[in-house]
Amino acid sequence: MILKWFHKKKKEYPDFWVDYIDHFKTPNKNPIEATRFIAFDTETTGFDKKKDRILSIGAVSFIGKSIQVNHSLELYLEQEVFNPETVKIHGLMRKGSLEKVTELEAIKLFLAYIKNAILIAHHANFDKVMVNEMLLRHGLGKLKNKFIDTGHLFNKSKHIIYRESLKTHYTLDDLCKELNVPKVDRHTANGDALITAIIFLKILSRLDIQKKLQWKYLLNEEII
Amino acid sequence: MKNSIAERVGDFLKGYPPFNMLSYKTLLRIATEVTITYLEKGDTLFKKNDACHDNFYIVRDGAINLYYSHDDVKNIMNIHDTGDVFGLRPLITKEPYKLTATANEESIVYAIPITVFQSATDKSNKIQKYLITAFASNAFDSYTAEETGRIFVDYLPNTSQEIVNFQTANYTKSPITCSVESSLKEAAKKMSDHKIGCIVVIDDAKKPVGIITNSDIKNKIATGLFPIETSVTNIMTSPVMTSKKGLTIADGQLQMIKHSIGHLCITKDGTVNSKLIGVLTHHDVLVTLGNNPTVILKEIKRAKRTKKLRAARLKGSVLLRSYIEQNIPISHITNVISQINDAVTIRAIELALKKMPTAPPVPFSWLALGSQGRNEQLLFTDQDNALVFEDVPENQYAETQSYFLGLSKLVTITLNKIGFEHCKADMMANNPEWCKSLTEWKTQFKNWILKPDEKAVLLSSIFFDYNHVYGNKELVKDLTDTIYTTLEKTDLFYKFLGRDAIKSPSPLGFFRQFLVEQNGDKKELFNIKSRALMPLIDAARILILIKRIRDVNNTSERFEKLAELEPNNKELYQSCSYAFKALSKFKTKQGLLHDNSGKLIDLETLTKEEKLKLRRCFKPIQAIQEILKIRFDLKNFI
Repeated sequence: MILKWFHKKKKEYPDFWVDYIDHFKTPNKNPIEATRFIAFDTETTGFDKKKDRILSIGAVSFIGKSIQVNHSLELYLEQEVFNPETVKIHGLMRKGSLEKVTELEAIKLFLAYIKNAILIAHHANFDKVMVNEMLLRHGLGKLKNKFIDTGHLFNKSKHIIYRESLKTHYTLDDLCKELNVPKVDRHTANGDALITAIIFLKILSRLDIQKKLQWKYLLNEEII
Repeated sequence: MKNSIAERVGDFLKGYPPFNMLSYKTLLRIATEVTITYLEKGDTLFKKNDACHDNFYIVRDGAINLYYSHDDVKNIMNIHDTGDVFGLRPLITKEPYKLTATANEESIVYAIPITVFQSATDKSNKIQKYLITAFASNAFDSYTAEETGRIFVDYLPNTSQEIVNFQTANYTKSPITCSVESSLKEAAKKMSDHKIGCIVVIDDAKKPVGIITNSDIKNKIATGLFPIETSVTNIMTSPVMTSKKGLTIADGQLQMIKHSIGHLCITKDGTVNSKLIGVLTHHDVLVTLGNNPTVILKEIKRAKRTKKLRAARLKGSVLLRSYIEQNIPISHITNVISQINDAVTIRAIELALKKMPTAPPVPFSWLALGSQGRNEQLLFTDQDNALVFEDVPENQYAETQSYFLGLSKLVTITLNKIGFEHCKADMMANNPEWCKSLTEWKTQFKNWILKPDEKAVLLSSIFFDYNHVYGNKELVKDLTDTIYTTLEKTDLFYKFLGRDAIKSPSPLGFFRQFLVEQNGDKKELFNIKSRALMPLIDAARILILIKRIRDVNNTSERFEKLAELEPNNKELYQSCSYAFKALSKFKTKQGLLHDNSGKLIDLETLTKEEKLKLRRCFKPIQAIQEILKIRFDLKNFI
């Protein structure tokens, strides 16, 4: 009986979600250098998780220290919600000339792309919430992936003595400056994703020097 | 689907050769397949003897060292920075890497997949040739071509000039052959009779079936593997590599490198199924490749009139431009251009001697000073020269000097017509001050060394870099001996030289910005010669003088020698040598761009990358000046 109920429940989810969930059946046992990471960024109409919508998603994936350009993802979403205020930041207009996909299509493509990779984002919490809200609107569950926040990780990579005197809030621009990353294509989802990936790699090599490069250390952070 | 990252990668690539020769569409196709790799300082991209990667690389940010290790000593071949391509070996051969590539500082490199690159560029000739050159300039120059003195090997893939090298290969026609029925002994006899190193085995239709070289005989007969009466078919290497006639030198060379062979059979239709018409050997390739500078030198040696000399020297300038375009190492370029400049000077003297009513009364020697003396002249610059003649009795001195002044006048006028400006300070052999007997010269140098003052130091900084160009070498040797003996007697002179060497502060100013010229109408211009090159030249001179090293005049060679002599400062000296080469190249490029000496640089016109490159070169200048301050105790002397 229980089995039947369970079976029925599972049936309600569309195939792409089931495929996505399948990736998490076996836990990742790979060492860090053999694990697939995805750095991603979203451009949104604003900062309200209920009202605002995702306009574009940019993501790059990497294993080790190499990022393959043709393994990147760049999605522009059709949206009903529109906030003219944020256009000047991300430059995405409601009826731009870019080829756009529906929100559902974007979810399918995004999930198929990320699989069980570890997701990296700057202020990851925000991107996570925005994506989860989008999944919720389509009757799907939350993202199952592990998250790493580059802002938080950077703070941790600093010596405890200096940590107090440091800012608690780093913008992506701050990190670019601190870590000497050229700011190319800032404020496009893809550009920011690439910058985030490079920032992550730079922090990793710092941790490596400090002998702190372990899973426990990387993933030990609170993200709702 | 849109891929913004690929577009940005493409935007970067299009600024650098060979990618700047491609259409944007092609570029984007390549950019899409690029892998972006991040390297921490010291990270290794590939190691010597690693199997070849499927990619070659271009530096996006930072700098990559290429080196080989010998007896645990790291010999850096090249430091590549933004926009430089490297790791090109897999494009040409499947052999493992010969050099190790590590990050000199935190770097980002783009890996370009070879299959994609080749199909996108459709194996374009121009691009292939650029890459072969880039490869050759790393793989050969520094420690094969240059060290064996074979400086005329020339891998010109010319992008803009017509002069060149994609001439068809000059192969050996009517090669020596033997039939498949011959015994090895007969074949070997034929080879020995004709004094050749290889013989082609042909069938009845004169098609090439195999080739026998000296090493085949050594490896297969002399070792007892086969008896000497064996058939040639047992010994020959078969099948042979073939090509059509009319193939270019570059193609010929490429095929040889690709298949690791030294001989290419030329047949009627380019396949093994047609008649043999010739053989292209590796030697033929080298001879033809050497053509360019050699031809110019020959032309100079045969020139009967100033006009011809001028034309030949101008060809040298064209050559220079193409070398710079192809990123041929600067030490190789200076070698070639110095040879040409010296040859021009020698020829000018020979022509002047013919015009003189009588032969020289006594032996003399013509000296090149300054940059020509240091073999660092790349563009046409001022002529600085001097003449020393053998001692004569006092009553004949005036007459002898006037003969040589007359000769010098003819030479300097000719040189001026060729394009070497008269020296503004009149430091030329037609000035009685710089045209003297050996004893007079010795006295002059003794005065400079033992009673140094501002003027003496200025002059000696030019005269100490003299180089014998024409005439009696013994006179020069004698003079040099005296100078070194005199140097033993004083420390003060070194202090003066040292002070002179640090008088221009390193261009890395307090705020790590460029110090630009403060006064005059050249306010916005940066004087790369006085600010960056001269401090290095001066430092190298004083450091090498104090070590009593003779006959090393070239600044970068002086630093390399110093690196050898002082292992604890090796790294600094090597970076000085590198900085000097990079700065000279920079100056030359600017000179070619603006058609002048290139010494004043308008900072506004530089790209960010170029500024970074310059700045990187300034660091060692600061460091070497610190060393001089300490070593010659100059703190209180200034």
